[in-house]
Parts: sequence; C-alpha cells; structure tokens
Amino acid sequence: MSVNKNSYIKNNFVYKFIKKNLMILIALLIMFLILAVGTDSFMTGKNIMSVLRQISINGILAFGMAMALIVGGIDLSVGSVMALTGCLCVQIINNGVPAIPAIILALLAGALCGFLNGVIAAFTEIPAFIITLATQQCFRGIAFLMTGGKAISSYDEVFCSIGTISVGPVPFLVVITVMILAFTIILLGHTKFGRGMYAIGGNKSAAIYSGIHVRRIVLGSYIIPGVYAALAGIILAARVYSAQPGAGEGYEGDAIAAAVLGGVSFSGGIGSAGGVMLGALVIGFMNNGLNMMQVSSYWQMVAKGLVILVAVYLDTLKKSKRLKIKKQEG
Amino acid sequence: MRESNILKMQKINKSFSGVRVLHDVDFVVKQGEIRALVGENGAGKSTLMKILCGIYEKDSGSIMMDGVDIKNYSIPEAARQGIVMIHQEIVLVQDLPISENIFMGSEPKTLLQTVDFSEMRKKTKDLLAQLDMEQVSPDTLVRELSISQQQMVEIARALSKRARVIIMDEPTSSLTEKEVNLLFRQIRRLKNQGVAIIYISHRMDEIFEIADSVTIMRDGQHIKTEDIKGVTYSEIIKNMVGREISEYYPPHIEKVGQEILRLSDVSNEKIHHVDLTLHKGEILGLAGLVGAGRTELANAIFGIDEIQSGEISYQGKKYVGKSPRDAIRNGMALVPEDRKRNGLFLENTIAFNMTIAIMDRFIKFIHQDKKKEQSIVDDFIDKLSIKMAGQEQLAVELSGGNQQKVIFSKWLATQPKILILDEPTRGIDVGAKMEIYHLMNEIAASGVAIILISSELSEVINLSTRLGVMCEGRLTKIFDLQKETVSQEMVMHYATGGYADVS
Repeated sequence: MSVNKNSYIKNNFVYKFIKKNLMILIALLIMFLILAVGTDSFMTGKNIMSVLRQISINGILAFGMAMALIVGGIDLSVGSVMALTGCLCVQIINNGVPAIPAIILALLAGALCGFLNGVIAAFTEIPAFIITLATQQCFRGIAFLMTGGKAISSYDEVFCSIGTISVGPVPFLVVITVMILAFTIILLGHTKFGRGMYAIGGNKSAAIYSGIHVRRIVLGSYIIPGVYAALAGIILAARVYSAQPGAGEGYEGDAIAAAVLGGVSFSGGIGSAGGVMLGALVIGFMNNGLNMMQVSSYWQMVAKGLVILVAVYLDTLKKSKRLKIKKQEG
Repeated sequence: MRESNILKMQKINKSFSGVRVLHDVDFVVKQGEIRALVGENGAGKSTLMKILCGIYEKDSGSIMMDGVDIKNYSIPEAARQGIVMIHQEIVLVQDLPISENIFMGSEPKTLLQTVDFSEMRKKTKDLLAQLDMEQVSPDTLVRELSISQQQMVEIARALSKRARVIIMDEPTSSLTEKEVNLLFRQIRRLKNQGVAIIYISHRMDEIFEIADSVTIMRDGQHIKTEDIKGVTYSEIIKNMVGREISEYYPPHIEKVGQEILRLSDVSNEKIHHVDLTLHKGEILGLAGLVGAGRTELANAIFGIDEIQSGEISYQGKKYVGKSPRDAIRNGMALVPEDRKRNGLFLENTIAFNMTIAIMDRFIKFIHQDKKKEQSIVDDFIDKLSIKMAGQEQLAVELSGGNQQKVIFSKWLATQPKILILDEPTRGIDVGAKMEIYHLMNEIAASGVAIILISSELSEVINLSTRLGVMCEGRLTKIFDLQKETVSQEMVMHYATGGYADVS
C-alpha cells in the first residue's frame, strides 16, 4: 500500500497526464522552441490564435476518430460526413431557415450517418474499415447529388460569423473545440459508457462475458464521431462562406494521425482525449511552422508522414518492452 | 563408448536486468529417460529450457551433449545437437499442408534446387506412419486436424530433425483424455528409440503416469531430482512450494442449504435434456472429457448460448435470461475457461478489470466515485492476497495465478448467488491452486452455490459435494460425495459413456 506523501501527487491527474504523454509533450515543446527562435512571427498572439482556429476542425474530427479507434473500429467516413452535413446546412439556410435550427438539423444528419455506420458495425461482422470505406463513398455521393456537384455559397450573417467571432480574445472555434474536448474527456473517463468502450476495444469477448451492452456502446461510438464530423463540416463551410460537396476529402488521414500521435492504439482499447488534443496540436503547429519557415507543402507532407512513423514506432517499442519483461518472468 | 547421460547442464546461472533467476542449476538427463520438470511459475523452468534451446544465453555454466562440452551455444547449435522444444501453444501454419509444416525451413531439394515435393510427401508419410497416423494424408491442411493431431505433427517435425532431446511444455493442456493417452503412447515410443523427453507439467497425475524421474525447481534453484517411484505426491508439492503442506485440499463441505437453481430437461444444440439442481453453499463438480458439454452447459445457464427447450427455475421462479447481462443482474457469475480470451482486459489496469462488472456501484451518470472504487479493489487485493505493484498495474504483467485471482475478485465483487467456475486452475501453479481451493470453500461456506468444471479429476472429486459427469452433451451421472466415495475410474466410466473399463 502506498500511503506516502507522494501518493497525492501521483494520483493527481496533471501528474498522470504528463507521465502518460511525456514523449509528445516534449516533442511539442521542442517544436515550439525551434519555431520561436527560428521565426519572427510565430510567437505572436495573433498567429497562435489563428493556428488554434485552424486546429479546431482536425481536433474535433480526431476526438471522434479516437472514439471509433478505442472501441476497436475506425471511421473513414468523417470527411464525407463533413461535406454532406456542410452542404445540407447551407442548403437549408438558403431555403430561408435561420442558422441555428439549420445547424441543429445538420448535426442530426451527422448523427444519422454515424448511426448507419454503427448499426452495421454492431450487428454484423464486417470490419469497420470496410464499412466506413463504403459509407465514405455513399455519403460523398449523396453530397454531390444534393448539390448537383456545385459549391453553394452562404450569405447568412449568423452562419458566416461562426468562423470569425471571438469570446473575449479567444476565437469562438477554440471555445467549441475545448467544449468538445471536455465532453470527450468526461465521456471516456468518467462514464460507464466510456469504460465500456475501453472494455470492448480491449477484449470484446470478455466485455460480453462481463455483461456490457456491447452493441449499444459500439453504436454510440459511431454516432458521436458522426456528430463531431458534422460539426467540423459546418465550421469548414462557415469559415469559407460556402459548402462544397468535395470538402473534407482526406481529412480522415489527419484525424487518424492526430489520434495515433496522441497515443490511441490502432488495435483498440487504449487512448485518451487529452493525448489526442496534443496530437492535433503537434500536427497543427507543425503545419504552421513549416509554412512559416517556407518549407514547400510537398516537403510538409513528407515531414508529417515521418513524424507519424516515428511516433508509432516509439509506441510499439514501449509495448514490446513490456512483453519482453513478461516473457522473462514466464 | 557412448555415455548414457545424453545431456548435462552444469552450474547454469542467469540474470535478467540484475535479478538472478537461475542459481548454479545442474540438470542431467539420460538417454531414453522421461524426466518431469516441475516447479511453480517463476521457479526458472522456462528460463532453463530456453537456455537449453539457445533462445537465452547463459551467464555462466556449461552444457554438455554426450559428454562433449558445447561452446558458443546458440539456437542453430541447439538444433544441430537435436534439441527440440514443443511449445504449449501450437506453432504450425494453419493453412499449409502437414508436409510443408514439417519440413519448413529444411525442405528437401531437387537437382535444380527447387523444393522436392514428392520426396517431402514420402518422408512425411513415413513420419506419420511412425506415429500411427498413416490414415492421414501428408497433403491435409493443418487447419483440418484436431488439436492432438496437430501436436502429433509437431512431434513428427521433431522426429524429422532427428531429435535427441524433446522438451514438451504442458503438452496436454488442451487435449482430451483419449488424446492424452495417445500422446503418452507416442512419448513411450520415443523413449524406446532412445530419445530423452523433458516433460513440463502442472498436472501431478500425469507426471506419475508418464515420467521416470522428476526434477523439482524452486526460486531458480535445482531442489531435487529423484526417481518417480521414490517420491510421493505430497513430497513433490512440498518441495515445490518450499513448506509443509498440511492440507492441499480443504475439508469437504458438510452443510448445504436450500435449492437455488433447477434445470428441467434443458437442451440446445450442444447439450441434451439436462436435469440438474443446485443448492446454496454447495460445490457441484462437473467432470467429463473436453467437448462433453460442460462449458456449453455453463454458457447456457449464463445466457451466452441460447436454450432451445426446457426450463430453468431460479430461486423458485421461472428464469428466462437472454444475455450475460441478465445473468449478472440476477446474481450469477461465470469465471470462463479461457481467461485471456474471455476473462481479462490485458492492456487495462487491475482496478479496471476488477470493477468492470460493478460499475453501477460507483459511477452515477458522469460522477465517478474513485475512492469507493479504490477501496473495493483494495479489499479484494487484500482478501485474495494478490501480488502486484499497485492497482494501476496492467493485467498483462501479472502471473497466471494472480490474473485468475483478479478475475475471481471481479466476480466476487458482484456478490453472486451462483458462481460458475470453468477450469479455474488451468495453467496455475500449485501454490496458487491451493489458495484457490481454499477460497472456493470459503465462498461456498458463505452461502454461494458453486458449479465447478474441471478436467482434473482429483480436483473435482476432492472439492465437490456432488459430482455430475457429462458425456456427449448429456449429464450421465450424479454422485453424491457426501454419501459415497468415488474413484477416478468410476468417473471416467461415465465420462466415456460407460465404455471404459471399471476396475
């Protein structure tokens, strides 16, 4: 029993957070240092806020992706859901509906997309990768059908202000992202639903034996990424004042990257919202920093790919070390 | 002159990251000897055997084959010396034919250096014939073989390498009784050919049946090697755990409460017309061969498998449970047979594992009472004396016995009225087994009804108040052990459907 004076510190969530995400925190810090020293305009409040605003979309998608991954699946359809719900939202607004109810309808549409993914994932044995690869095509197709393949502009003031307004010095988008972060933290870490997700992703069969509502939880774990994707889609449309059926293509890649960088296991059962946030920050600041250092966008892609490889490699190293210890004992 | 000591390991030492796991271990095996190697988990058996196979490098000591000191010991060198290990888990490629599995990496070649498939097939046929498997074609995919046949393929592979020392690590853990007998016949045949067998097992009955001699290890030390005829069951156990064992099995339960569960004519695809009653405070043993329907019966009660006909009444009322969730809500608990597959969340913490079935008790919507959870977990860690670094340690890092205790805790925490235990001591060392036996008795004494499924006959006979025997999905016999004494032969008689001889 550890009833020493350190036990309080050790149980403190800040300590736990730092310990768990040490690698990525150090990476983030080094990046900050390099950028602060290497460029003039990085360490300005304006730039930081603008990066945070840019990160919001990928961050929100990554939280959803993390949920799908933790429960043992994946959601490749998020980019298409973004396009579909963005188009739907703007179209409804252009038909004379006020922005707020239109946004709510679009979020519900996102939930419906997630529900479809979830039903198939929960009631069939089709791998999530295949399910969401298929629905990615379907949702994208519907977005094109709905708009006739054209971008639709929005002139609604309320809608377009989403991307620009601030709460005090903090952009509204950052506030939304933080709210989603908080919601995800609570859901994953403080509810039966969250524990159930980790259990299912860790060992589905054992979860069934433990009396966990496996189907219900799997379903929920796809509905939420759907809603998050819809939110991201609405934000994207609002920022560029127009919804495009081709929007969000390939965004699932960055979301997966952020989740994995943040310590979410690809085989399910492991990951935290805080880590994912850090993952999204690393990717966001890396993009921004490389831009500022005038690295070509092609090299940026190369760099991003390498970072992901290294991060996941370090993660597997940690795992295999544990296995080795276990083997030596056995 | 050939020395009859085929293998001589002397003063072997080994440390892992500063921790000494083998101290001056001597291990000598004669040609044609069947040597049982026993010891608790962590005693150093596996480490010693891995050194013998060249997987680990020894820190000091010598390994001699036929009296010749082998320098630069390595995996290929061990293979050259004819040392072959047959692992507990089968390591065959399921979708390749038997022949290609046997000669993998050492395929016979034609003049053009391509694989000589006809030669390979011919050699495989010979090997299979040696093992009484001439009816099986060398082209059969491994996937289509039973577990015991797959094990025979592993033995055939060992033979193909001209094995002189074969190490078998718990080879019977997934075999039926009949298959075990088949395996033993082959082991004896190998012995007669002069092959030395090192046989690692936790099952005492088997050791006395098959081994010529036994080596006991404890805490990385060689404790004793003796002729099997010169030792008793309790001597071996005493040397393994390092203290006097007063009572390996707890005393039989004498007082049994009222009826809690009744199965009337329950059937599904795997079990047929089962009638059974269960009482508070009793341990009902279920014996039978692997595949006799014991696990399936447990699964049917627990709501994992559907019941197609018949009725279950629980606490006097008709019970219709459709899922494990229903069963848990109604006070049932099941410790499953395959603890890694169905029981544990290996990558999660001990605390997570222990409380996953009782989340209602400390999580209300978004409020988590961490303190309450911790105190529940601490309670069980204490009560079951689980050895671990802390609540936050991952389950994967625990030994088998401690993992099983974590699963026990998880189910005891649900405060069950019925506790179903499916092979609760499989792969667990003697010390932990004993603890689990005594724990079971305590649980039963507190009024919980226990169903104990076990393939170790001495276990069910010594622990149960009543003992049901199953065969081909039917419950063929129920012994009342409070009134009659039962021998293993009698149980086997009913387990094999009355075909086995009763002596």
